[in-house]
Amino acid sequence: MPAVVAENIVKRYGKKKDIVEALHGISFQAEQGELFGIIGPDGAGKTSLFRILTTLLLPDGGHATVDGLDVVKDFKQIRNRVGYMPGKFSLYQDLTVAENMEFFATIFNTSIDENYDLVKDIYSQIEPFKDRRAGKLSGGMKQKLALSCALIHRPSILFLDEPTTGVDSVSRKEFWEMLRKLKQQGITILVSTPYMDEASLCDRVALVQSGKLLSVDTPAGVRAAFGKPLLAVRAEKMLPLLNDLKGSGAVADAYPFGEYHHAVMRGNHDITELRQYLEQKGHQQVEIKAVEPDIEDCFMDLMKN
Amino acid sequence: MSQNIAIQAEGLTKRFGDFTAVDGISFEVQKGEIFGFLGANGAGKTTAMRMLCGLSIPTGGKATVAGFDVYRQTEQIKRNIGYMSQKFSLYEDLTVKENIRFYAGIYGKSDAFIKEKTAFLLKELHMESEGSKLVKSLPLGWKQKLAFSVAIFHEPGIVFLDEPTGGVDPVTRREFWNMIYQAAANGITVFVTTHYMDEAEYCNRVSIMVDGRIDALDTPRELKRSLQAASMDEVFLKLARKATRNAD
Amino acid sequence: MKQFLSFVKKEFHHIARDRRTLFILLGMPIMQIIIFGFALTNEVKNSKIGLLDNAHDVASAAIRTQLDASRYFDVVRDLHSYKEIEAAFKKGDIKLAVVIPQQFNTDLQHFNTAQIQLIADASDPNVATTLTNYATAVIMDYQDRVTHGRKLPYTIKTELQMLYNPQLKGAYSYVPGVMAMVLMLVCTMMTAITIVKEKETGTMEIMLVSPIRPMKIVTAKAVPYLLLSMINIASILLLSVFVLDVPINGSLLLLIGESILFIITSLTLGLLISSSTASQQTAMFISMVGLFLPTVMLSGFMFPIENMPLPLRVIAHAVPSKWYYDIVRSVMIKGLGFSAIWKETLVLTGMTLFLLTLAIKKFKIRLA
Repeated sequence: MPAVVAENIVKRYGKKKDIVEALHGISFQAEQGELFGIIGPDGAGKTSLFRILTTLLLPDGGHATVDGLDVVKDFKQIRNRVGYMPGKFSLYQDLTVAENMEFFATIFNTSIDENYDLVKDIYSQIEPFKDRRAGKLSGGMKQKLALSCALIHRPSILFLDEPTTGVDSVSRKEFWEMLRKLKQQGITILVSTPYMDEASLCDRVALVQSGKLLSVDTPAGVRAAFGKPLLAVRAEKMLPLLNDLKGSGAVADAYPFGEYHHAVMRGNHDITELRQYLEQKGHQQVEIKAVEPDIEDCFMDLMKN
Repeated sequence: MSQNIAIQAEGLTKRFGDFTAVDGISFEVQKGEIFGFLGANGAGKTTAMRMLCGLSIPTGGKATVAGFDVYRQTEQIKRNIGYMSQKFSLYEDLTVKENIRFYAGIYGKSDAFIKEKTAFLLKELHMESEGSKLVKSLPLGWKQKLAFSVAIFHEPGIVFLDEPTGGVDPVTRREFWNMIYQAAANGITVFVTTHYMDEAEYCNRVSIMVDGRIDALDTPRELKRSLQAASMDEVFLKLARKATRNAD
Repeated sequence: MKQFLSFVKKEFHHIARDRRTLFILLGMPIMQIIIFGFALTNEVKNSKIGLLDNAHDVASAAIRTQLDASRYFDVVRDLHSYKEIEAAFKKGDIKLAVVIPQQFNTDLQHFNTAQIQLIADASDPNVATTLTNYATAVIMDYQDRVTHGRKLPYTIKTELQMLYNPQLKGAYSYVPGVMAMVLMLVCTMMTAITIVKEKETGTMEIMLVSPIRPMKIVTAKAVPYLLLSMINIASILLLSVFVLDVPINGSLLLLIGESILFIITSLTLGLLISSSTASQQTAMFISMVGLFLPTVMLSGFMFPIENMPLPLRVIAHAVPSKWYYDIVRSVMIKGLGFSAIWKETLVLTGMTLFLLTLAIKKFKIRLA
């Protein structure tokens, strides 16, 4: 049985003439024990989807199951077995670290001792500060506390809504490290993020944009599906280079990508030809190399088509 | 002071009680430069930026922004800079045009100027038909692009961008950077913070703050070379991991 | 049960750690009692009055002494003509003039009827009314004494209000009023705010996704405020008995029982507000405008309901605090028992049940 099944989920907001459709029929499955990423920018519908799966919102169409339980009918059972970390920092800021932990443990009918082994790795890092109020913790520590609280009842599925948004890349890496370890304990994890580079850390990903699924696959599968030759190009003057790349008939699309520009090529291409073309345009120190597409390349390609 | 310097800081410091949020930072930003201001959460970026925007008086050191002193001439600074952040940008319950009018009005621009430039700007953004729509009805990417246009509407010498592209899709993110390049080409100095390391590559020069100090400041290429890193992401990790401060 | 207790404990932590709010919640009733009891009182002490005595007989002299002796009046002027009265008013020397006609005593003795004219400066109608009431009371008092033992064709009674409040103390109506106000404020507003706060911070999302039943959340949130309200009632009653000299004439137990009923009404109202608002600001605003103001304006403690135009009178009867105010006045001031207030109690209970049903129906087990 898959851990999560979503079938043609539709969600609308607003009334009468102001109806906005946030999700236009989303379908996917996440398997037991999988680290499943929902990748997409703000406004893609990630939060709506998570709220429907955690029984906080009713879908306007389609249906979904979590652990084989229906998100509408069996919401009470689902609420007993999922862990959820909303996007905003959602702990009691005026309670101490220990008080937050104890409170959440009791609410979920368990105790810290009972599941200490599960949260130990994470909680032990903040335990030295257990008498500090949650509001006075640093961003990274708050995140660890929130994750510990979401795990304290040993949920079978963990929903993490944008846990790394606004977090610097050092803390982000640490957080994904924690998720890796949790996965080894057999917990299914659904995590949403606007950062494309985090996709490669998931077992499988669903790419979403404006309430639609662009692709559901393993990161390698997503990249393999790109199917077009991709070049990384660099020269002394980057801004004119981009314009000239776009002007070339051999280039289907060009956009900045880190220190290079990425050029999506049409069919048969010749690196030497492109170099000549660019040098003709007056570019110096032209560097061209073939590269494998990144998830971000794939996302943009799927978005544009 | 040279005519070509937009921002100059020397030993700029801010203390809150025992805590030194910004610990004597020194740097210069040239006119028309795109200057990336990076650092982990809690490294002191926001505090430093506030001082440069004239919102917070430093505890020590010297700094000028657009030639004005951050201690005594904060009002002049505010008139000569633009500011945009991910969190506060536009009034959601006002229309696009009302937002532009409001911000331009704050800077005392004439009605004729506002009218002409609004028309031009909406055309540039391909938003001619959206002028009378409420900002909240626009997609995030459009909002951010609009917010940037509004921030430089009064033609400031320097624009401060605080995580301007957070959560924006990759295509719009690139369109946004295109706008930044345009602004820089028009002589506007761009001072930008971001959590996207690929965006750090788009900057002319990048500074990385660790524990309140600037640990590195150079072009992305030079930073990668000197730290023997393959990407800016690696540069950032190598420097930021040294941080001892646990803050936010 | 452990869930519930742990939730209650958490609520107490929230309250105890927000010192400023706690201070306001506990200090407010004390402040209000003191402000209403002393500063805003209609009570008039040692008001300056003038006397135009055209009789100069035994009776008029006695009335003069009696007026002067009362703690409400000082006879500061002896007037000799109506013109002088007007002048004295204009100069602000006096607030009330008492005119005793010629042959006052003779009329009183022979015809059993005599007239005294009271002229008040009605530019402040409240004070004028109070002064004339007091003066009438003093004169009636005198009349009772001189006619004692004699059968009179008619006796004139003073106003009903004075039956239970012989000294016409303002505090008699303020204490019940403040009780209604404080309970409304603490229970309704604070319950609404504390629930909405969890929505705002996002913790409500986690609570809803947890196995704890929503009704448990709500009840647990109400418990600390129930307790705070009890403390408030205690402090109000202690202050009124020992500082304002307003005794509890009826049964204390009945008073507390009725108060608990009203607390539940208020908590239910708070719950109702919280389920239809998304921000603390809105919750506060609705509580203030929708409940607090009607309590002050329409419960009858500031302005008598009988004098209101019909539409307002109808609205006043729909305000729960009006009923509680009536109950407290009956029990505390008039010393009446349950038999006298069963109707009011029934109305209040009905309202509470109705609101509770509505609140439970409207309480969301999901977001939006």
